[in-house]
Amino acid sequence: MRNDALLIGLLAAAGVAAAAAACLLGSTPLGAGRVLSALVGAASPGDVIVVWEIRLPRALAAFATGAALGVSGAALQGLLRNPLAEPGVLGVSASATLAATFVIYYGLIEVGAFALPVAAISGALAATALLTVAAVRVGSVLTLILVGIGLSSLAGAVMALLMNLAPNPFSLADMLNWTLGSVANRSFDDLLLAFPFLATGFGLLLTARRGLSALTLGEEAAAGVGVDLGRARRLVVVGAGLVTGAAVSIAGAIGFVGIVAPHLVRPLVDHDPARTLVPAALLAGVILVLADIGVRLAPTDAELRLGVVAALIGAPVFIWIAARRRVNGG
Amino acid sequence: MAELAVDGLSVALGGRAVVREASWRLVGGELVALLGANGAGKTTALRAVLGLTPRVGGVVRIERDDPARMPPSTRARRIAYLPQIRPLAWPVRVRDVVALGRFAHGATLSRLNGADAEAVAQAVQACDLQSLLERSCSTLSGGELARVHVARALAAEAPLLLADEPTAALDPLHQFQVMQLLRAGADAGRGVLVVMHDAALAARTADRLLWMADGRIVADGPPEATLTAARLAEVYGVRAVVRRSERNWLVSVTGAAPDPRKAESRPETAAPAAVDPGGPA
Repeated sequence: MRNDALLIGLLAAAGVAAAAAACLLGSTPLGAGRVLSALVGAASPGDVIVVWEIRLPRALAAFATGAALGVSGAALQGLLRNPLAEPGVLGVSASATLAATFVIYYGLIEVGAFALPVAAISGALAATALLTVAAVRVGSVLTLILVGIGLSSLAGAVMALLMNLAPNPFSLADMLNWTLGSVANRSFDDLLLAFPFLATGFGLLLTARRGLSALTLGEEAAAGVGVDLGRARRLVVVGAGLVTGAAVSIAGAIGFVGIVAPHLVRPLVDHDPARTLVPAALLAGVILVLADIGVRLAPTDAELRLGVVAALIGAPVFIWIAARRRVNGG
Repeated sequence: MAELAVDGLSVALGGRAVVREASWRLVGGELVALLGANGAGKTTALRAVLGLTPRVGGVVRIERDDPARMPPSTRARRIAYLPQIRPLAWPVRVRDVVALGRFAHGATLSRLNGADAEAVAQAVQACDLQSLLERSCSTLSGGELARVHVARALAAEAPLLLADEPTAALDPLHQFQVMQLLRAGADAGRGVLVVMHDAALAARTADRLLWMADGRIVADGPPEATLTAARLAEVYGVRAVVRRSERNWLVSVTGAAPDPRKAESRPETAAPAAVDPGGPA
């Protein structure tokens, strides 16, 4: 237990350090002194704008997105008892992105600022609910992952259709942004909009964690020790849907962080799914903040998209984990 | 003393009757072995007792309450269930698996309170797991893993325990060890029902044998009254030689028994199996 507190403390400190680095580094490097005085509002207006309106919200957006994907990956892996379960792989992110794109495409975004997160979350919830129904029916986790991959492809296909039919280059560019995934130009308002959903989803997932520990034994034995399986499923489905949808509404589709972070954390918490949740969230947040710093510093003409970089790092890890799995485990 | 009373339990899966009017009692302090061929309905009967599978008919009571109507954690505190052992999803520590037996008491794995820690320690002691506590379950042998799961079931400290083939895939020594652990659990006051296939081992360790064929309980009584070559032919479809000396039993299967139902097209239309009213229990 003390080890867990230490791990969480270290990861939180790493999160703060990564956010600080994100404020320091960039096309115009700011010294620590300038960043600090900008943070308290005592620096030049230019510095204050760079720190408060560009770098800090962007770092926090990256952290929040990572944390959301990390915790929902860890929770889905616990529920489905498979380290490859992840919102991206299972098509949850793609469904949320599709719903968000739909809103943009039909201009529903004008209805109100909440239209985007609500759409993304609805898409995510629909996907997680469908997956859980499939999970109860098919019984095989491997089949379920295949269903998720199918769902992901389907959402991708509809997405391509929407882009194909895009009325003008601007909406096409907007849509493309959501599919590539980025935290550029995010404001505190965007974060604030997503925050209630993030917090609620996080709370639900934490409520489910004891049940996730017991699910290590398999569903039958978990029911035997007194887990209310239906309740555990509902908590994870709704929690992961809310959190993933909120992440998509902030950053669009960013894959594989939800696999990588829990995978790295698991050996440090004795592979207990309950104790994986919080460290996985923090680590995924740190990973995305660091990846976003890399994106900003990369000397490319067009700015790299965070989602592209995350996939370039994460997909090989996915393949590695999948190839190393014991045959009887899936 | 806890008592599980099952009366006229019937279960259908996919429209097919799997358990038919099964009735039995399980009281604290006794070890009962449930014997029957694969597909006889043993696992389904256990699940239906707990309410994990819906029943078509029958009444199940622990004292006055139906386990199917209890909240899952209440049920788990009154009747522990050890299903057939499946691979663990994660390579968790032995200590944590045993602690999961305390789930229904509200235990959190890494922070056990006094009562939980005490129950886990006792179960660990009983199953001789002290040296394995910090090991990852993925490094254990089948026999060690079976002991870990028995310890988990004992740690629940429920007055009743249903165990589904805890000795499956174990070598004779480990089968014997697991049965000794369950025997000790019964001697400590629990009512233990264990599904198994080794009739001789069952006869040696259990107080009563419950024989199931085609979803029916065809016999219920002490080994000396119910373990016969005819019974083995009826329940398992084997020809066997049964010998007994004191508490020791020898059961030797010599071949397949001539199937009395072979001429019939469906088991449902077969002549009803002779029901042993329960021996001189």
